[in-house]
Amino acid sequence: MKKTVLIALKKTLPVMAGYIVLGFGFGIICERAGYGILWALSMSLFIYAGSMQYVTVSLLTSGATLIASALTTLMVNARHLFYGISMVDKYKGSGCQKPYLIFSLTDETYSLVCSGETPDGVDFKRYSLLVSVFNQSYWIVGSLLGSLVGSLAKFNTAGVEFAMTALFITVFVEQWKSTKNHIPAILGVSLSLLCLLLFGSDKFLIPSMILISAALIIFRKKIERHGKEDSQPESK
Amino acid sequence: MMKTEMAIATVVVVALITSLLRFLPFIVFGEKRKTPKIIDYLGKFLPFSIMGMLVVYCLKDVSLTAAPFGIPELIAGASVVLLHLWKRNTLLSIGAGTILYMLMIQLIFL
Repeated sequence: MKKTVLIALKKTLPVMAGYIVLGFGFGIICERAGYGILWALSMSLFIYAGSMQYVTVSLLTSGATLIASALTTLMVNARHLFYGISMVDKYKGSGCQKPYLIFSLTDETYSLVCSGETPDGVDFKRYSLLVSVFNQSYWIVGSLLGSLVGSLAKFNTAGVEFAMTALFITVFVEQWKSTKNHIPAILGVSLSLLCLLLFGSDKFLIPSMILISAALIIFRKKIERHGKEDSQPESK
Repeated sequence: MMKTEMAIATVVVVALITSLLRFLPFIVFGEKRKTPKIIDYLGKFLPFSIMGMLVVYCLKDVSLTAAPFGIPELIAGASVVLLHLWKRNTLLSIGAGTILYMLMIQLIFL
């Protein structure tokens, strides 16, 4: 158990850095929009979706209707359907911890559990739970700090959101190095870029998801043939 | 600013829809039934595609036609890739890339 805790801590360190900083940013924005610490805490507890929480603050300040808020959430968070689809099998038999595992499947948590494997043969069930709990704790601590210090903070945090981009880039590089089969990664990047050009930054995620799934299914034979030549995907 | 009740309702709606999206696949492909082969296959290879999509998603609002033309993102992103290929140290890659990016947009590309 102790070993699992240490491994989960080590794996989540980059997320700790990113979440405390981004959670901090969220807390500040929330506070400056007139929504104090209880709001920041509730959102980080019950919504727990990084970029969507930033968007929620602008929904609140712009006085969006409930329908508009619902549709915005669908658009921004539709990618979570993807995470679910790829974790259905890996989270089978997780028992009573399963609802929390599913609830807490953020981009960053997903990036740490999506391989369905654990380093050094520790139990995946325990590992995934610890990773999920640690990550949400970092997020909550960050948003509380931001909310508390927000009104006092004078230093310039512009650009700090790049930490999450950098995290995904490193996971992407790790995945790239873990396999010789680069078709899925190339499809992911190129089809997303194509949809970004065609549909614009507000609307490209859903078409990208549809195109990527379709392409993976069309090229299934080719991809599976490649896939047999090396091991399972692994992320760090 | 919204009325408090309306603000609470907004937060509840966002939380519910987010959870719905997270739970839906698990509800559709339940615990007891055998996962369809195609979902099995997607589960194995989607992670690679999704991570590519997430990188694009993070950079979606970068404008290539207006100053600074995505140059800070390009330099910082390339530094993360190279540093990571070289040292394979996640914390170092993310830390250095982020600091570099912050310095660039705060001091150089205003």
